[in-house]
Amino acid sequence: MEHIRTPKVEQVRLLDRFSNKSASGTLHLTATHLIFVESNADAAQEIWILHHHIGSVEKLSLTTSGCPLVIQCRNFRVVHFVVQRERDCHDIYSSLLRLLRPVSYEELYAFSYNPKQNEQQREEGWQLIDLGAEFERMGVPCDQWQLTDVNRNYKICETYPRDLYVPITASKPIIVGSSKFRSKGRFPVLTYFYQEKKAAVCRCSQPLSGFSARCLEDESMLQAISKANHNSRFVYVMDTRPKLNAMANRAAGKGYENEDNYSNIRFQFVGIENIHVMRTSLQKLLEVVGTRSLSVNDYLLGLESSGWLRHVKAVLDAAIFLTKAVTVEGASVLVHCSDGWDRTAQVCSLGALLMDPYYRTINGFMVLIEKDWISFGHKFADRCDQLDGDPKEVSPVFTQFLECVWQLTEQFPQAFEFNEWLLLQIHEHVHSCQYGNFLANNQRQREELQLKDRTHSLWAFLLSEGQNYLNPAFCHTYAETHPVLEPSTLPCHLKFWRNMYHQFDRSMHPRQSVLKNVLTLKESNRQLEDTIMKLEAVTLSPSHPLSLALLKEAQHQEEVGEEAKKCCSDTERTVEGSSGSERKESYGDLQGTYGAKVEPAVVSLEFGVARMTC
Amino acid sequence: MEFAELIKTPRVDGVVLRRPFLPTVEGTLCLTGHHLILSSRQDNTEELWLLHANIDAIEKRFVGSLGTIIVKCKDLRVIQLDIPGMEECLNIASSIEVLSTLDSVSLMYPLFYRPMFQVIEDGWKSFLPEDAFKDLESMTEEWRLSDVNKDYSVCSSYPPLVAVPKDVDDDTLRKAAAFRHGGRFPVLSYYHKKNGMVMMRSGQPLTGTNGRRCKEDEKLINATLRAGKRGYIIDTRTVSVAQQAKARGGGFESEANYPQWRRIHKAIERSSILQESLIKLVEACNDQSHSMDRWLSKLEASNWQTHVKEILTTACLAAQCIDREGASVLVHGTEGTDSTLQVTSLAQIILDPACRTIQGFQALVEREWLQAGHPFQQRCSQSAYSNSKPRCEAPVFLLFLDCVWQILRQFPCSFQFSQHFLVLLFEHTYASQFGTFMGNSASERSKLNLSQKTVSLWSWVNRPQEVERLSNPLYEANCLVIWPSVAPQSLLLWEGVFLRWKRSSRCLDEAYDEMVHIIQYNKELQNKVNNLRRQLGAGEQED
Repeated sequence: MEHIRTPKVEQVRLLDRFSNKSASGTLHLTATHLIFVESNADAAQEIWILHHHIGSVEKLSLTTSGCPLVIQCRNFRVVHFVVQRERDCHDIYSSLLRLLRPVSYEELYAFSYNPKQNEQQREEGWQLIDLGAEFERMGVPCDQWQLTDVNRNYKICETYPRDLYVPITASKPIIVGSSKFRSKGRFPVLTYFYQEKKAAVCRCSQPLSGFSARCLEDESMLQAISKANHNSRFVYVMDTRPKLNAMANRAAGKGYENEDNYSNIRFQFVGIENIHVMRTSLQKLLEVVGTRSLSVNDYLLGLESSGWLRHVKAVLDAAIFLTKAVTVEGASVLVHCSDGWDRTAQVCSLGALLMDPYYRTINGFMVLIEKDWISFGHKFADRCDQLDGDPKEVSPVFTQFLECVWQLTEQFPQAFEFNEWLLLQIHEHVHSCQYGNFLANNQRQREELQLKDRTHSLWAFLLSEGQNYLNPAFCHTYAETHPVLEPSTLPCHLKFWRNMYHQFDRSMHPRQSVLKNVLTLKESNRQLEDTIMKLEAVTLSPSHPLSLALLKEAQHQEEVGEEAKKCCSDTERTVEGSSGSERKESYGDLQGTYGAKVEPAVVSLEFGVARMTC
Repeated sequence: MEFAELIKTPRVDGVVLRRPFLPTVEGTLCLTGHHLILSSRQDNTEELWLLHANIDAIEKRFVGSLGTIIVKCKDLRVIQLDIPGMEECLNIASSIEVLSTLDSVSLMYPLFYRPMFQVIEDGWKSFLPEDAFKDLESMTEEWRLSDVNKDYSVCSSYPPLVAVPKDVDDDTLRKAAAFRHGGRFPVLSYYHKKNGMVMMRSGQPLTGTNGRRCKEDEKLINATLRAGKRGYIIDTRTVSVAQQAKARGGGFESEANYPQWRRIHKAIERSSILQESLIKLVEACNDQSHSMDRWLSKLEASNWQTHVKEILTTACLAAQCIDREGASVLVHGTEGTDSTLQVTSLAQIILDPACRTIQGFQALVEREWLQAGHPFQQRCSQSAYSNSKPRCEAPVFLLFLDCVWQILRQFPCSFQFSQHFLVLLFEHTYASQFGTFMGNSASERSKLNLSQKTVSLWSWVNRPQEVERLSNPLYEANCLVIWPSVAPQSLLLWEGVFLRWKRSSRCLDEAYDEMVHIIQYNKELQNKVNNLRRQLGAGEQED
């Protein structure tokens, strides 16, 4: 690649961000990755960083030991290198600056990534999720809701998908009229149908009402949504913004629905802050938790002043409000914010997750993301900074959604088929640009880029290693006993998500993982059941020609199993043994120097995501 | 009997009980000398059996003639009793107030309790110092068991038998004791088998303002050092607090008189501050206002997590000196009965795998807390709700349990017990039918003759069904030193104690049961495979 000036620099030191530990090794720069290989021969640690993951590179001023280079990644990895020669450091720095600012989609990794699949497998990957089938599963089309083809050519709204579901009584003129009265043409459409009460969750953007404008078609549209539900005389309109923001929008000719103009609506603000507030909030949080030798009080005060958990609570509270309106009152709800692609996506998808157990399965969760986020045009390219764009458009809205889901999995350990690793892995790949799913801002752009023909689907990859993402405590009957989840949003029940924001700071994690342990046991149970079946077959008919072979095979399996177990526990041990040296300094006050030898750090199986997939 | 005088109204009908997560029950309330009982007199309905000793505070409210008593328990639970009739309600309330604050040891429930289970092994005899010393003897010959304190005259808070360096005679010990706070001369707390280093604990040296010294004390602790090696003194107080102690006759070991020792000061707070911290934490947890900012700032203001971090950090430091530095350590604060014990016992959890077993943990509590003279009765006579002015109350042991829980969270497979065991110990230190945590020292317990008159908690815990309940299914013996992370992000609020009554743990319990099931099923399957293979193997040989 023409941008790479120095493909390899030796004798680079990698500093740990929370201790005085360091490792030395070689830095490689490839077309897609920045790779650090530790030179310690026995247990060479390798760190692979995808260029797309790099959020920022900073060259600090020269020190006696060399030139420091600090790299902050979007998956919350922070690495601190010290390069001996300033020229090498500068070369890497300027190469990275160019590499991490791709100007066109074609430069993204997804277009060159080739996981050794044939064309058919690739195509099948893209067919895994069928949103038409998903609406059928919800019971749509039905006597009240139908598929409309008004947006077949993205004429009415270019950020919506082609296939949209609207009330039967909403005629084409009503739709067109309503879309003209809504910001970016995002008129009210169905996103979830609660069959039990025939209540609908619809989404849209803010009305262009200004201080007094009204639109009869838009009013008819809401009327149609209301009429489609016989269980309730009114429809809730949830404006997910703080009231003040919504009012300010009126000056720009936008705003919110006037209850007097719309018959049978109940209007409600829920007060989730905008993307800029969220961006600043997370930045602040990361700054706090990235501080060295942080005190407990500074940590808690930092958590508070960042406001992050307050925002998480606000999003969850909104989803709970939506869920209650639909499942308890049986009312339909129309959700919007400003453009209807950030807060609206969060609230609609979390609400659906609370209402419908299907979305708590691995497949269902993928469908949910595909529907409420990808197809309805959450601007992944802008929000995740895929191309060199406006930094003001970047915001961790989707990360926040994943965190809300994580908070729920913590409260309902049996309700979800998937575990935390799936959330972390999805987060990883939303930023990796390795798969086509999250590229660009909306379906129309994706079609223009022909992503389905030129890239691979993340969902296929995740499903291929689905056993890693299973929640061992998942209970299939839980869905029947608890179809609707009622989470607590008491502040004391919301926690800091260490495994996300300190994903790569291994020293902060528990040294032994219950999840990993139980998953291994569950897998072992499956194999043992299999072995038992085979052995029983042989015992029943000893003359079975395969008996001897099977016996041997079984024995072999057993041995392998035991070896694996031994090996596994060995690594566990290393982890524990090594941790002391990692934290040598952190207990403080002890200045003596102990043996300077750094014990091998262990590459994690759980979170070494980049390595597993490239 | 005296109790009868205190109970004005022994029985009230039509009382409604409201409590967390359980349906409201209406029934008859009875007061006995030691219990508050509510019975609905229907089969299979939950009844309330609450020890008066568990009641921390009560509040009364009246609406018309309906009275309400809010009972706040030492285990942090809050229940509500609606009592018809103002007089009944007042009577009940005043009886509870008196019965729950009886100071007389002779009236305490453990002296009246008769076990409904068969005592297989008498817990009073399970962890005798002589037995513990036998283990030590098998590892080293440098120590001896001294009975210098056999009549508790040298140190009233020490047990009759203590381990001291072999070369130091009892006379030296007596002189050293006179130089240490409360007579707590340096004694052996832990012997690290791996490198022969030791941890000792004591009270502060009584140097006073004019820098008094005591050759015997110096000799005693120097006797534990190998030739040419230095040791560490970990003072659990900050330098300034230690300096101030001089004015009251206390002090610290000066470099001049203890040249072979390096002193490190840490900052573990004194008991009154810890009690205040607990009160604030519990108040924060019970605050129903729904603002995140308020919760976080209250949690911060309580300082509880800061204390956890300080204690853990100091324990890690002690463990580090021993294991990594290969040095012996002496730990003390002021009295040597609180922060000192937190540090020495946690350091052992980190260093010694034996302390992470159910039996080993009991032995640790017995050795480092009960025998070592932690004043349980004083520290645990009030919990977080009490309105009366705290005297010596402090959650010193609860903080220790919290720290153990933090390590358990970080090493979930290295402990033989689950958090249930820690919660159980928390409950029994504050209110119990067992005599284990009564009194403030070995001498008080022996004067009360508790080992004859009461049942030991360990007798209950060590029955097979209880051991099973308290076991950690994920346990796999881990012979290594376990170093916990003390970063604030790694320390969690102990929900099992502080949020226990805020939300039903049913979801979490069911998930836990499922995990247990997976583990048990795995064992079954392995057995089955082995059996089948044996059968097959036999078949093959016959062929």
